[in-house]
Amino acid sequence: MHDHAKSSPLKTYFTVWGALLVGTYLTYKAALIDLGPFNPVVALGIATTKALLVALFFMHLKNASERLLKLVVASTIFFLMILLFLTLTDYMSRPWTITS
Amino acid sequence: MSDSQAVVPTAAHEDIHRPALLHHFATEEQQRDASNLGMWIFLATEVMFFGGLFCAYLIYRHWYFGDFGAASKSINALLGGVNTAVLICSSLTVVLAIWAAQTARRGMMLAMLALTMLFGLVFLGIKGVEYRDKFDENHVPGASFSFEKVPIPSHPDQYANPQHAQIFFALYFIMTGLHALHMVVGLGIFTWLFWMAWKGRFTPEYYTPLEIGGLYWHFVDIVWIYLFPLLYLIDRHP
Amino acid sequence: MATATVPAVEREDYLNKEYGIASWLLTTDHKRIALLYLISITFFFFIGGFFALLIRLELLTPAGDLVQADTYNKLFTQHGQVMVFFFLIPSIPAVLGNFLIPLMVGAKDLAFPRINLLSWYLYIIAGMMMVHCMLTGGVDTGWTFYTPFSTAFSNTKVIEAGLAIFVAGFSSILTGLNFVVTIHRMRAPGLTWSRLPLFVWAHYATSIIQILGTPVIAITLVLVVAERALHLGIFDPKLGGDPLLFQHLFWFYSHPAVYIMILPSMGVVTEIIPCFSRKRVFGYIFVALSSIAIAVFGFLVWAHHMFVAGISVYAALVFSILSYAVAVPSAVKVFNWTATLYKGSIHYSAPMLYAFGFVGLFTIGGLTGLFLSALGVDMHVHDTYFVIAHFHYIMVGGALMGYLGGMHFWWPKISGRLYPEAWARLAALIVFIGFNLTFFPQFILGYVGMPRRYYQYPPEYQVLNVLSTAGATVLAVGYLLPMIYFLWSMRYGKPAPDNPWRAAGLEWMVQSPPTTFNFAEQPVVTWEAYNYDEIDKGYKEEPQLVG
Repeated sequence: MHDHAKSSPLKTYFTVWGALLVGTYLTYKAALIDLGPFNPVVALGIATTKALLVALFFMHLKNASERLLKLVVASTIFFLMILLFLTLTDYMSRPWTITS
Repeated sequence: MSDSQAVVPTAAHEDIHRPALLHHFATEEQQRDASNLGMWIFLATEVMFFGGLFCAYLIYRHWYFGDFGAASKSINALLGGVNTAVLICSSLTVVLAIWAAQTARRGMMLAMLALTMLFGLVFLGIKGVEYRDKFDENHVPGASFSFEKVPIPSHPDQYANPQHAQIFFALYFIMTGLHALHMVVGLGIFTWLFWMAWKGRFTPEYYTPLEIGGLYWHFVDIVWIYLFPLLYLIDRHP
Repeated sequence: MATATVPAVEREDYLNKEYGIASWLLTTDHKRIALLYLISITFFFFIGGFFALLIRLELLTPAGDLVQADTYNKLFTQHGQVMVFFFLIPSIPAVLGNFLIPLMVGAKDLAFPRINLLSWYLYIIAGMMMVHCMLTGGVDTGWTFYTPFSTAFSNTKVIEAGLAIFVAGFSSILTGLNFVVTIHRMRAPGLTWSRLPLFVWAHYATSIIQILGTPVIAITLVLVVAERALHLGIFDPKLGGDPLLFQHLFWFYSHPAVYIMILPSMGVVTEIIPCFSRKRVFGYIFVALSSIAIAVFGFLVWAHHMFVAGISVYAALVFSILSYAVAVPSAVKVFNWTATLYKGSIHYSAPMLYAFGFVGLFTIGGLTGLFLSALGVDMHVHDTYFVIAHFHYIMVGGALMGYLGGMHFWWPKISGRLYPEAWARLAALIVFIGFNLTFFPQFILGYVGMPRRYYQYPPEYQVLNVLSTAGATVLAVGYLLPMIYFLWSMRYGKPAPDNPWRAAGLEWMVQSPPTTFNFAEQPVVTWEAYNYDEIDKGYKEEPQLVG
């Protein structure tokens, strides 16, 4: 009998589902409060937590038998961050903006 | 990195429950692992595909925060939030369908697959409502675009720059439109999965297409999880 | 002498297993798909080469007297697009990679044979769109599609060209995906990562770039098409957009793309050099890891194409330093090739001549890349012929020579025939001479100030331009020769033994040409890669390589 991607029991699925819904609600509510520069941080933090829950539990990444799949995910996120942050180094260090 | 397992070519299995083992694979496990890895790599390409749009969004939100805030406020966050919940529920039904396949519960598997598709259709319906609202308000970029005299949320005495707002709406329509296109493809995939399940192709030993289709669906859910706060909740506090 | 005899009765192989157009157009055999690609990319090579010839003809004289300025813009644009997207990027992976990787890992086919065929069809569809675009007006933005010219001002078929490249990109992504899954999941028992041919490592690294980079240019082209059709303002300064955002997104892919073009070629050279030195590769692990390092670092350097475009000088400094770093793994390879040759038993076969050409010309091209990475120098030579010479040294002196070397090396396996060795050596020499005559003057031209993409120039530049055009003619002869004798060999060439080069590698252990399913039984690997000392111990006399 194979044991790839052994499905978590139902309890885990429903717990994660509940957490995702709570997270959505919290995202919405937090947006209505003035947290200064932390609004986007909180929003993205909750979104990332939700994404991780989906990836780890719904997509069975947590109990993947080899590290390869986690490496694929990690490298993809790494290169996405390179795209975003290295591009930002240009925009954040320019002393001018486009005026229109 | 792991070595390939020592594979002993086995004699042909005559068990009718075995799925079609494609000739170039040595075992079903190899075939299944290959399909799984293939889908994850495809999802990696999708992450980078959407990533370019997130990059453009990031830059312009940084430059035109006020205008983006005004534009973001004009789209319906409640509908966006409901859609987020709808997709989350659909991801649950996907994993439940797989669990049903693993435990030989044919009825539940079919019901969960059908529910997944229903949630997907609801999502698209709500998106349609949103798009129609934007069309009615002339917020669709192009010749008839208009965004006059809309106050910037954090500085209500200033009006948003319509050209900058048009950039927001361009990104809004492209990002959610591309996402919706992926949803439509997902619905097509799940229609096919439903048909295969109906025909009895899935057993506790073989449900690989369900797993792979599920991975795709979860990915589409994850993209929306990010789109929701980034597009709908830029500057909503009083 | 290689001793395998060819039986009187024709053996079944992948070429004669089935006849008829349907058996080719609907095949899932990776070897047939490789040949489909071979024909297609050769077709596009001719088209790209045709544009190059027209460019060089125009540049024979200082005045713009052959074509109009707008036409010239279309010539260099389409030369670039066809050569980059329809020749160089597919070339080695889609032809040699497709053919050899399953054989090299001991598998019957790639992981996803139908997706392999799909990738060829996507390439053909993209190619037809491109040809249609060129025939109905062409595109004149430069292969780089810079905005806002491409989105707001150009009167040519930007949308169609952009969509063609979008489709071609998916062909590339699917090839890369197939290779990664195959290499991870379908290696024969005993074939550990450290026993894999370095050709496979090189293609693995290439595939990473194809998978992660190509989607970004895909979405960028979508944005260009949307912007051009709807005037959204994403890249238009008049509407609040930033043209540099386009360049960031474009180059994020297009710089790693150049590593897609060179890494497979490096893999080919790493197969040829040990064979014709009868030695193991020096520093196997360094060569393997340097391929991965090139793939990773290659993603960190893209804005060195934008030093004068208006990025902040602080970002420019960061990208300049990173660009120096990316040269290190390439240099590691050059040292390893050289060390492999040292005290080897060198045979000057045609593939080896191409490999030597590669090492020398790639080194020059790579070093001039360091010139360009220096901010101060780039200010002076950006957008001049110096840049053109730099990348042609790598793409033509490097990648294309590697491709030709690989085609010669594996031709006996692919076709079951031997090509005429004397003609092949002559062609390699002609290519080398023609190449240097074409492109070395361009370094000088660029340094003394001749800008690129101009159809006229001051008279003092004419001598160098004439030399360059003369070189291009010689180069063209050098390229035509293999096309002629490869075709000739398919009918009249000597039948090839299974292993004419007495080379290491699983692909040489099957018949030439291979059967459809490659291996009758799954091989089990118990030896290290490039075990030439063991191979040669099995023969009493010095191996006499064919020809």
